[in-house]
Amino acid sequence: MASSIRVRAILNGEIAEVQTLIQHPMDTGLVKDAKGELIPAHYIQQLTFTHKDKTVFLADWGTAVSKDPYVKFAFKGAAKGDELKVSWVDNTGATDSLTATIQ
Amino acid sequence: MTASFGPLASRRLFIKGAGLVALIGLGNAVLHAPPVLAASNDNKYPDDAFRQKNATDAVKALYGRDHEASDKIKLDAPEIAENGGVVPIAVTTTLPNVTSIAFIVAENPNALAASYKIPEGTVPAVANRLKMAKTSNVIALVESGGKLYSATKEVKVTVGGCGG
Repeated sequence: MASSIRVRAILNGEIAEVQTLIQHPMDTGLVKDAKGELIPAHYIQQLTFTHKDKTVFLADWGTAVSKDPYVKFAFKGAAKGDELKVSWVDNTGATDSLTATIQ
Repeated sequence: MTASFGPLASRRLFIKGAGLVALIGLGNAVLHAPPVLAASNDNKYPDDAFRQKNATDAVKALYGRDHEASDKIKLDAPEIAENGGVVPIAVTTTLPNVTSIAFIVAENPNALAASYKIPEGTVPAVANRLKMAKTSNVIALVESGGKLYSATKEVKVTVGGCGG
């Protein structure tokens, strides 16, 4: 299966700009399906970015983050070709991760 | 086993199986305590804060202190969001020593939307997309030098984002 994570990390001067898009339903647990039954909550709780064993960005998310979440941040201290590890865990315990290369 | 539990040998007559299991469990808990503690200081998911209904309680649960408005925070959000399911919201700040940034949508069923840890070396700016149930104040919180600052903007929502 293709990864749920898409990352673009581009070095701009001394700052690496990281844009991330994740495929995930981000169900709030408040919405009913066509039969009138509640769709159980299913959402990413934590998203972690690691560069050279250091966490450079950590997101704690609730149900109010949009479906197929997008997040953008930037950090210093990276070089072209460095690896950036991205991983998430959701409220059901499911996880996915991806290692991107800084361009 | 007998050797390592030597001093407890006589008590083991009373304890028997269940007691032993409890003892072993206790040993494990003690062994594992330090990493668990460390995690709760740093990167534990703030379950309690995300469960709070209103903005004041969410801020209290997440930071345990009040926030004051700051003009050094720039909150970028649309005046009117046609689709409350996907509202692009971004924040940048010129405040020094930023350690975290959080977004609150005051009128949502649970006010806290997202919280971001900003380690040293990471630029104090975040862009993301949030759901909004209805027209509401959006509050960006920035923790800087141990103090909590905020910027607030009202976003009008024409179609709510929590109805599917």
